[in-house]
Amino acid sequence: MACPQDLLFTRDHEWIRIQPDGTARAGICDFAQEHLGDIVFVELPAVGKAFKQKDVFAVVESVKAASDCYCPAGGTVKEVNARLVDEPATINKDPYGEGWMMVISVASREDLRQLMKPEEYDKYVAEGGGH
Amino acid sequence: MRFLELEGLKKTPLYDCHVKYGGRVVDFGGWALSVQFKGILEEHKAVRQRAGLFDVSHMGEVRVEGKGALPFLQKLVSNNPSKLQKHQIQYAHMLYPNGGVVDDLLVYRLGDEEFLIVINASNTVKDVAWMREVAARFADVKLYDLSAATAELALQGPLALQILQRLTKTDLKPIKYYWCLPGVKFGRATCLISRTGYTGEDGFEVFCTPEDGPALWDAIMDAGESDGLQPIGLGARDSLRFEACMPLYGQELDDKTTPLEAGLGKYVDLDKPDFIGREPLLEQARKGLPKKLAGFEMVDRGIARSHFRVLREGNEIGYVTTGMFSPTLGKNIGLAYVPPALAAVGNVFDVEVRGKPLQARIVPTPFYRRPRR
Repeated sequence: MACPQDLLFTRDHEWIRIQPDGTARAGICDFAQEHLGDIVFVELPAVGKAFKQKDVFAVVESVKAASDCYCPAGGTVKEVNARLVDEPATINKDPYGEGWMMVISVASREDLRQLMKPEEYDKYVAEGGGH
Repeated sequence: MRFLELEGLKKTPLYDCHVKYGGRVVDFGGWALSVQFKGILEEHKAVRQRAGLFDVSHMGEVRVEGKGALPFLQKLVSNNPSKLQKHQIQYAHMLYPNGGVVDDLLVYRLGDEEFLIVINASNTVKDVAWMREVAARFADVKLYDLSAATAELALQGPLALQILQRLTKTDLKPIKYYWCLPGVKFGRATCLISRTGYTGEDGFEVFCTPEDGPALWDAIMDAGESDGLQPIGLGARDSLRFEACMPLYGQELDDKTTPLEAGLGKYVDLDKPDFIGREPLLEQARKGLPKKLAGFEMVDRGIARSHFRVLREGNEIGYVTTGMFSPTLGKNIGLAYVPPALAAVGNVFDVEVRGKPLQARIVPTPFYRRPRR
């Protein structure tokens, strides 16, 4: 199944969606949640925290291990998905929709140019997704 | 996200079953084994509520025979196998002279002078070398490392007995917990079976030849289909044993930890006049333990993991041996070594998780005990 066509992607399987008001919503991809297995805990950043591209912005924990999530584009956190506190498995069920992790104000459009477009990401996943 | 990968691993006789049933194969100490099939939480629940089938062929098996077999084993392990009747099984430890654990294992008594020792996969080479070294001091002991010639399956869960019974004419009901029966026929296979397991549920472990393994796996899966039997991976194996507070070598046990510190004193016979490691254990029994294993629940939001530091007022007082989200309890729990004076139920301490101290509270163990039916 092809990835959503309105997103940009990192090589580490995070996604980012630019919203009409210029903020961006981010999360982890289907490839990532599939690989992690059942997600039992999510540690989200504080609202107001600033990240550079590739900084660790969150930690997602499966039964077996904790995994870092890398910020797709530098910015400041405007909102986090409180639902993931009590229902971390939402990421498994709907990684691109209800499983969103944070909304940021994007500091630099240049960061976005580093990311993969949907067709590029689909190809990347088909070739092993970096493995 | 970043992930790990694997190459050039040992395969068990059941490897093709893993592939056929869609297992996610990973490197487990050099073995290609499934960490999960449908998913760890689902598999964990299946074993607690119905039944699950595990490939545990990577475990090691050593047969010990001869007039010197029992004297040798008495020296080798800190439990007392002379108390075993024929076909009875005992959990035990091999200790180093300093009292630290070489491995934890099961001793199966197959006859007056015939025993089977089942050891951890991760320690097989080390254990066999250690056993041979100790056996050299005894006359009339033969050791046979059968690990490469043995396949082992574990069928665990409340429905395990009824599923396995469909496959043999032998009445399995009389086989009590921690007893075994050799020579049980399942189709073309003749197996040693034991009422043992590493999940905290009822169940059986079945030993057969590598050639018979795959057909036996398929037969059990078919026999259990109507009961919702599922294949179970290593992920759920760990979460199941952990909830039942069954120790894992490398975490609760290692060469710097005694069985007494791990709370396993009931498997140590200090009255036995001579075994390797007896002196340091007597000393601990007299003077007190340097550390004690305690169960805890997270109070602050977060998951404690193996080797995380345990702190009190900022000072390191111990470490986590195993910690995770408990599927049955629905909370984050763990086991940790702490000073005995601080090990009382209700005491709090901090676990350092990614640099932050998160509060935890000591709770009674085991976290899970299977309901008496």
